[in-house]
Amino acid sequence: MSVTTIKKNITSDISGAIQQTVNSFPLLKEKRNEAWHTFQQLSMPATKNEEYKYTPVTRLLEKNFSFPTANPSGHLSTLQDFSIPELDANIIVFVNGVFSQEHSSIFSNNSEISILTMEDAIVQQTEVCLKHLSAYIDLKADALANWNTAAWTNGVFIHIPAGTTIEKPVVIHHIHDTRNGQVVSIGRNLVVLEKNSAVTIVEKFDSIGDANHFSNCITEAVVAEYAELNLYTIQNDSGKRFQYGLTQIHQADSSRVNTYTFSLNGKLIRNNLQLTLNGEGIESHMYGLYLLTGDTLADNHTVVDHKKPNSFSNELYKGIMDEDSKGVFNGKIFVRPQAQKTNAFQANRNILLTDKATVYTKPQLEIWADDVKCSHGCTSGQLDEEALFYLRSRGIGKETAQAMMLYAFAAELLDNVKHPVIKRYLDNVISERLHKNF
Amino acid sequence: MLTIKDLQAKIGEKQILNGINLEVKPGEVHAIMGPNGSGKSTLASVLAGREEYEVTGGEVDFLGKDLLEMAPEERAREGVFLAFQYPVEIPGVSTINFMKTALNQIREHRGQPALDAVSFLSLMKEKMKLVEIDQSLLSRALNEGFSGGEKKRNEIFQMAMLEPKLSILDETDSGLDIDALKVVANGVNKLRNKNNAVIVVTHYQRLLDYIVPDYVHVLYKGKIVKSGTKDLALELEAKGYDWIKDEVALA
Ligand SMILES: Nc1ncnc2c1ncn2[C@@H]1O[C@H](COP(=O)(O)OP(=O)(O)OP(=O)(O)O)[C@@H](O)[C@H]1O
Ligand SMILES: [Mg+2]
Repeated sequence: MSVTTIKKNITSDISGAIQQTVNSFPLLKEKRNEAWHTFQQLSMPATKNEEYKYTPVTRLLEKNFSFPTANPSGHLSTLQDFSIPELDANIIVFVNGVFSQEHSSIFSNNSEISILTMEDAIVQQTEVCLKHLSAYIDLKADALANWNTAAWTNGVFIHIPAGTTIEKPVVIHHIHDTRNGQVVSIGRNLVVLEKNSAVTIVEKFDSIGDANHFSNCITEAVVAEYAELNLYTIQNDSGKRFQYGLTQIHQADSSRVNTYTFSLNGKLIRNNLQLTLNGEGIESHMYGLYLLTGDTLADNHTVVDHKKPNSFSNELYKGIMDEDSKGVFNGKIFVRPQAQKTNAFQANRNILLTDKATVYTKPQLEIWADDVKCSHGCTSGQLDEEALFYLRSRGIGKETAQAMMLYAFAAELLDNVKHPVIKRYLDNVISERLHKNF
Repeated sequence: MLTIKDLQAKIGEKQILNGINLEVKPGEVHAIMGPNGSGKSTLASVLAGREEYEVTGGEVDFLGKDLLEMAPEERAREGVFLAFQYPVEIPGVSTINFMKTALNQIREHRGQPALDAVSFLSLMKEKMKLVEIDQSLLSRALNEGFSGGEKKRNEIFQMAMLEPKLSILDETDSGLDIDALKVVANGVNKLRNKNNAVIVVTHYQRLLDYIVPDYVHVLYKGKIVKSGTKDLALELEAKGYDWIKDEVALA
């Protein structure tokens, strides 16, 4: 590095941070070093980068963080503030990227499910880990995915044997304790569902303290024939959380996947959700709801890749942007030449509540097969004035009328949530957020 | 109860109401008729407080209060009810929840306690009978996918629930089949008493056979150009509007 460089170069700063952990797992040494080099080659995305056009991740990190960094040690006295009430679940807690034995509890039987920290899994389940880690994600284009791959320090390994249905959901808490300064955590989860197995996983992001914090978290899931994965992502943290997430799901024949992404608060949320439908008779649903206020920026980039014939995908994302917030939705659907008889649907609906709120929405369909049914639709606009007047003309106050309509808009997503306890929790959070008082 | 003096209103650059005068007393039924586009729905909307319309002159007194000063919900709470010519479909909002919220906000305004679930449901049952509306309709989202007639029936059901002092029925008869028309008109009549009043906007005599008006007014080009008794409606039914238009042209 040249000593004459005055301008802060975040790519090299992060690179310096990566250096500290790149060699921490001997078995992954090669993969991690390769990703480190790719990271340096790609460098952090500039706004010229089409995939980050509306989401200045680089500038925001530059402005709000200093790298390299050493996290302060975190302390959590109770999980209660962050747990989902009355949910009977397997719980795994990370505080500042470090596994917390104290707050974690695993109830499901060892023969039914193996839940390990990634640290342990690399040693105890080496073969599975080496087979699947980074096997399906695209590391050619995205610097942040390479950053994660080179530098992750911890995460969860979940393996469900064939024919097993796990009744109790697995909740992964990513908690940042920033009371003693900025926190940066790089996490990596690997979920492997063998044939005809089923599980529900919740990833939840929370924090204590007032300092800025960033998480770069990748979840890779492999869903075998006839298996079913329900994956919830709940992002309802304080306004100091910056977060990049990549969820890559690889599906085999006749598998089922439902993803639910609720982005309710934070400073910067970037979610990459990518489903590869590598089989026939697959059914995938992607649901997303973003309710944004303040200066929150939430960017959902989704990809559905139909590689084989006779599968079905359906995507519904909805957003309400209030105050100065910004929503971004980009939905790619690929239908490969041999993926005949594909059904692929996508809808993105947005409501803007102020003049300053913005949303950028873009469907991108690339269809190479001819016998397919695909549709997409994007809308954005204000609340329907006529409907609002109708409600008010019956004596319902303006704010209540507005809340009724917003809740109705959001409730379409809640209707699709299958797990009753998770649904009730989300309903409460959303009702509170939308000032539902009817 | 309602006194409208020289009311003028426009939407965008288009002047629609050009000086309306009307006095409605408790217990009365007024019919407003007039050719398409003459401003009947506009008048109804302005009275209900629709914000797109700009009142450019005149005044409206409702039970001693300045109606034009009030927000739409305040007007409703004071006792104004508009049965829409085109009721709005609101997906996702359940009719029952909507009705309960509306009723309780009105009750709160009147200083009455909120109805609990049980008394609300029994009130609903009673009013459903009055307009013979099916429970299955009310368990759906508000007006969503309702037929034209079902929407109109739902409007009168809401009126029955909210017990307004002044009801403005904007072409409630259109879209109703003959039997439904009778049922709905009957419902309206049962809700009438010496303390409330009704303004019916309609094109046809057949509604006025059931809801018999004390006065009939003809609205034309944003003005009431003729008023009379129920016989005026019969005359219009027989002769159309040309003779009135001629009178206006001559004047
Ligand atoms: N939003 C609007 N923008 C422009 N013109 C409007 C608007 N709303 C109403 N108008 C016009 O105002 C005039 C009066 O409309 P209004 O709906 O009050 O008539 P009406 O008497 O109720 O007619 P109908 O018998 O057909 O229901 C019409 O010429 C109509 O086109
Ligand atoms: Mg009209």
